[in-house]
Amino acid sequence: MAASALRRGLLGRTYLMPLIIAMISSAGLLFALIGDGLWDYLSWLALGIPVAIGLWFSNRRSLDQRRSTH
Amino acid sequence: MTNKALRLWSWVHKWTSLVCTLFLLLLCVTGLPLVFYHEIEHVLGNEVEAPEIENPGASASLDTIVTNSKAHFPGKQLQYLSWDEEEPALVYAGLGDELDSEDGNRFLALDARTGEALGEIPFQGTVMYYVYRLHVDIFAGLAGKLFLGFMGLLFVASIVSGIVVYSPSMRKLEFGSVRHHRPRAVRWLDLHNLLGIVLAAWMIVVGGTGVINTWADLVFQYWRNDQLAEMLGAHKDNPRPETPASLDTAIQTARDKVPGMIPSFVALPGTLYSSTGHYTVFMHGDTPLTSKLLQPVVIDAATGDFTDSREMPWYVTTLLISQPLHFGDYGGMPLKILWAILDVITIVVLVTGLYLWFRRRRPNADNRFADDAEIAPRYAGAPAE
Repeated sequence: MAASALRRGLLGRTYLMPLIIAMISSAGLLFALIGDGLWDYLSWLALGIPVAIGLWFSNRRSLDQRRSTH
Repeated sequence: MTNKALRLWSWVHKWTSLVCTLFLLLLCVTGLPLVFYHEIEHVLGNEVEAPEIENPGASASLDTIVTNSKAHFPGKQLQYLSWDEEEPALVYAGLGDELDSEDGNRFLALDARTGEALGEIPFQGTVMYYVYRLHVDIFAGLAGKLFLGFMGLLFVASIVSGIVVYSPSMRKLEFGSVRHHRPRAVRWLDLHNLLGIVLAAWMIVVGGTGVINTWADLVFQYWRNDQLAEMLGAHKDNPRPETPASLDTAIQTARDKVPGMIPSFVALPGTLYSSTGHYTVFMHGDTPLTSKLLQPVVIDAATGDFTDSREMPWYVTTLLISQPLHFGDYGGMPLKILWAILDVITIVVLVTGLYLWFRRRRPNADNRFADDAEIAPRYAGAPAE
């Protein structure tokens, strides 16, 4: 894989959001291992993000839908 | 990426997924109640609770607890005593037909303050027992565990290849696009892509740690042959003492040797985790992470003297860290609820994936629609243009 393709693929549009979400989820998995109290809250918050994003976009009428109904 | 590479990755995604999907569905469905194991057992009345007593600060001698455990199950051999930080008023005893038997063990709860046997904790024959066996070894012992572990490896491979084929599939789409007005195959492809990529990290961690957990028996067997044998050294074949040294003394010796740690469980002489002439006390820390890690302390059961102690090797530590990361039991009830939601979303990813394969497989079926031509190359990972 050429370097430019790698950059476009990994850091470009397609994988940007997935990468951010993966980093937040991984941090969430680790936070609750580190400590109790505040760390637990941070863990719930971080692991709630993939859940929230998944549910939000699953139910969102896409732009293309709104366009086509107008 | 070249077309050839893309075709290869979609081939990997298709076949790794297809082979493991039904087993993964089984694991997700049985895993859901297992997340709430304690809560369910509590509701079903299968847990033993410590009674209110006049002097809750008291602490019974462990030797009394040993005697009472044996008296509760005459003919059974006492193998282990264990403690649970969440239930400081209780001590648990594990008994088997033989000192080194692993199957058919019975579990007893005793009052840590009075030493009184409170009752058996039922396991075999309970609903959760069947759920547990279906999840852990499909009733096939070690072979079942290793088989499910292999399915887990395929699952991880399907997630990795899924991440690769996500890119061509999303070429013309914004992140999170779900084309709700399009036919189901398109909608479900979008949902599969969205939920799959959003859960990728969690699924890899839970799938990967699940695979590691299937090797637990082998890991501990290796540890016994490797480390425990070395710790026992020349004392490996000490005879079993007629009257073993006080367990209270042994535990106190262990506490003194590894200050700051508390006992998690103790293996009595003659069991798989000790030797004929030794107690092995497994100590753990008190933070969420260190409470999952163990440090064994070997105590001579004839004299109560310290024999050896050493930190667990990397392969046991890896296994011990994999357990909470698979169970989701290390961050309170909210983490368990998140685990359950993530588990259900994983089921959606599996079902949508299976459906998409089914649609691809039968392009000429009655429910064929115009979009097939558009989504087929996407799903197959071939270039859309």
